[in-house]
Amino acid sequence: MIEFKDVSLVYPNGTQGLKNVNVTINDGEFVVIVGLSGAGKSTLIRSINRLVTPTNGSLLVDDEDILKYRSKNLRKLRTKTGMIFQNYNLVKRSNVLKNVLAGRLGHTGTLRSIFNMYSKKDKSLAYESLKRVNIEEKVYNRADELSGGQQQRVSIARVLTQQPKYILADEPVASLDPPTSHQVMTYLKKINKEDNITTIVNLHFIDMAMEYADRIIGMRAGEVVFDGPASEVTEKTFEEIYGRSIREDDLRGGTES
Amino acid sequence: MSKSNTKKPLKIKQPPDIYPTKTKAQVTIIFFAIVAMYLYSMNWTQRDMVGDITDAPANMVSVLGKFFPPNYSYWSNIWDEMALTIQMAVIATTIAAIITVPLALLSARNITTFKPLYYATRTFLNLLRTIPDLVLAVIFVGLFGIGLLPGILALIVFSLGILAKLISETIETVDMSPLEAMRASGGGTIQVIWTGLVPQVLPQFTSLVLYVFEINVRASVVLGYVGAGGIGQVLQSQLRYGHIAFPNAMAIIVLIFIVVLVIEYISSKLREALI
Ligand SMILES: Nc1ncnc2c1ncn2[C@@H]1O[C@H](COP(=O)(O)OP(=O)(O)O)[C@@H](O)[C@H]1O
Ligand SMILES: [Mg+2]
Repeated sequence: MIEFKDVSLVYPNGTQGLKNVNVTINDGEFVVIVGLSGAGKSTLIRSINRLVTPTNGSLLVDDEDILKYRSKNLRKLRTKTGMIFQNYNLVKRSNVLKNVLAGRLGHTGTLRSIFNMYSKKDKSLAYESLKRVNIEEKVYNRADELSGGQQQRVSIARVLTQQPKYILADEPVASLDPPTSHQVMTYLKKINKEDNITTIVNLHFIDMAMEYADRIIGMRAGEVVFDGPASEVTEKTFEEIYGRSIREDDLRGGTES
Repeated sequence: MSKSNTKKPLKIKQPPDIYPTKTKAQVTIIFFAIVAMYLYSMNWTQRDMVGDITDAPANMVSVLGKFFPPNYSYWSNIWDEMALTIQMAVIATTIAAIITVPLALLSARNITTFKPLYYATRTFLNLLRTIPDLVLAVIFVGLFGIGLLPGILALIVFSLGILAKLISETIETVDMSPLEAMRASGGGTIQVIWTGLVPQVLPQFTSLVLYVFEINVRASVVLGYVGAGGIGQVLQSQLRYGHIAFPNAMAIIVLIFIVVLVIEYISSKLREALI
């Protein structure tokens, strides 16, 4: 369970990233966070694994205030929260298997990882994860030989290999075309259901949010301005979150391929 | 559309130059300053030149003549010294390559975000680079006496200055996004650098180390000249014997020439294969 209790974040330059956020995310939920660019979606999600640190309030993950965490606890926190990025964040020169094994870093001692001494179990876990996103035939390809959609699948496999309790996905489909976007969202949803991994996804496409989310959180200017089940959400809700009428480019379009 | 967007079309009298006027003025000033410096130094050297330049060609022929033919049979005496010179370069380059790693990381802005540490390392490396290799050799020979050790130490310090600078610049151009992913998956600092950064800079790193090795082979010959051991020292002693030893000296020069060429050839082929 993740609980934001009156969390605020002011960046060093004075920008207010989060403003008195109160949100509770229950285990197993598939939550989509929507909002315009600059609304604070990334700041919210990156607070959960402490890539940024809120300046006020308390943020509980599994009943512990993670804002007090320092190096060792931070590594533990990050080991149980996997992250997926808009630009996949793979090591382009390394092969797919090495990239996926990086998901084990938090579980592996420094010396073992330096000498690539991953256990047999880790290696078969990595391979199984690649199979789950149907990209196991690229196991020895260099990451930069893959298309965007394939790279994002590799990064999902990396997160699966990490065996996290939470998955944070920051605009995972923003760089992909509509069919590939749906494919990636389908994988995330499937993993959420099969492994019961709590999943939080930032999106700015309204149609995708409505299609995949159990619950939608709307943000504007660092504040949570909507929080409710996806079934209650209408176009009107989005107009309120965005503070303007809905446009063509707020929609991803396309259907699952 | 807001009002600020309704702007009048720009009135253009003549097409703009590619470079702004200010840049052009600066470049012109720099150009003339350099020309003036050349003229001045030419004048200066001519005034100090003793004797008549017309004698030079004849002199050169007579001096060079004493070097020929090179005494190739002398090679059998100097294999060991040549090998020492190469070993000196190998050892120094290897040690420098290892010490470079932490220094390059500490002087890379994107890795060392703690500013004072970054500036301290940068300044230290800049200072190191201002000392010429010959001066280093003279200092170390003074400290440790004549021999290989001062030569190796001088080369280490000399290569560190170049290597750490070039490698930290390579590090500053890497894609930081995989490092963020490694950190987000719970990796410690060393793990993040090893798995996210090293694969990105390894080809460049190896290439730069080979390049510095090439420089070191040549430098170690020169360093031998001031007493840092190896072939350079033999060359110096032969030249001191006077005319009778000149064919020996020439044999040494030819050998150095061949060895340097071969090493540069191999190293450049290796580097081509890496990048
Ligand atoms: N590192 C930072 N330093 C200063 N301001 C930042 C930083 N990161 C984000 N911001 C600002 O915080 C606000 C929220 O940004 P962000 O969380 O990235 O929004 P979103 O992900 O919804 O586009 C924006 O105004 C952004 O400019
Ligand atoms: Mg964002």
